[in-house]
Amino acid sequence: MWNYEKRLQFPVNIKEPNAKLAQVIISQFGGPDGELAASMRYLSQRYSMPYKEVAGLLTDIGTEELAHLEMIGAIVHQLTRNLSMEEIEKSGFDKYYVDHTLGVWPQAAGGIPFNACEFQVKGDIITDLTEDMAAEQKARSTYDNILRLVKDPDVCDPIRFLREREIVHFQRFGEANREDCSKIPKARKAHKFSTFGRSLSIRTFAGHRHEPPYLLHTSK
Amino acid sequence: MCILSNKEQMLKDISIVDFILVEFALYLDTHPTDRNAMEYFNHYSRMKNQMVKEFSQKYFPLTKDLAESNKEWRWGAAPLPWEGACG
Repeated sequence: MWNYEKRLQFPVNIKEPNAKLAQVIISQFGGPDGELAASMRYLSQRYSMPYKEVAGLLTDIGTEELAHLEMIGAIVHQLTRNLSMEEIEKSGFDKYYVDHTLGVWPQAAGGIPFNACEFQVKGDIITDLTEDMAAEQKARSTYDNILRLVKDPDVCDPIRFLREREIVHFQRFGEANREDCSKIPKARKAHKFSTFGRSLSIRTFAGHRHEPPYLLHTSK
Repeated sequence: MCILSNKEQMLKDISIVDFILVEFALYLDTHPTDRNAMEYFNHYSRMKNQMVKEFSQKYFPLTKDLAESNKEWRWGAAPLPWEGACG
């Protein structure tokens, strides 16, 4: 379950509306590498994650992504409030406006609606963590592109913060994916079943036995 | 520039301390035996609890469990975070 804190993770205080910019930034709300896809990716991958330490990391990063989704929503909202009809027409925001008025709806910058196919849940620890690392880099690239298009410091600051978070998450997923988890003292020796070579050594945790589903068939 | 009020400044301070906690929590997720990091986490965790409590008494409840109310349901009356300080 979740608790809600009535504040943004990083303040968003935008004075000048800019509908053109909002149409670009909305991609990080519901686009292919956006925060909605990020949070749903990690929170969905938890159930088949064999190690509780890694499932815990997915929970924490997935939760932080929800806070980022809220920040992007706040940016889009503040960039589009108090717009005049003239600004809406001139900025090309009219195409969005006709369907959603000034609501914030998850779509990519090109107008493509959010789609769960933007992310994967493969049920395999290596596959999922490798996807997560790629996802963080794709989001970082998107923020880099956004920063090339943004001049307003009110918008730049929170976007820079979000960009930095992608780098930290990439680092943490990398640690989870590598042998770093073997430093966890509770982990005992590698299990003798090693389906994909040394990189996927199946460890059993003291008092907490987790086996990936594919082993359930081979070990019996 | 929009000038931050006392309330917004306090909220910003809470964000800063919470950010430290978020960072240490993720670090500890993959380094669960780092005692130094745990000490930092414990220190800032206490600090944040104190700040959130203080803020919630003074301005509005940041979380539902701090929303004890008498005349008006304080949780519902709290401002919406996405409106920002300049809105």
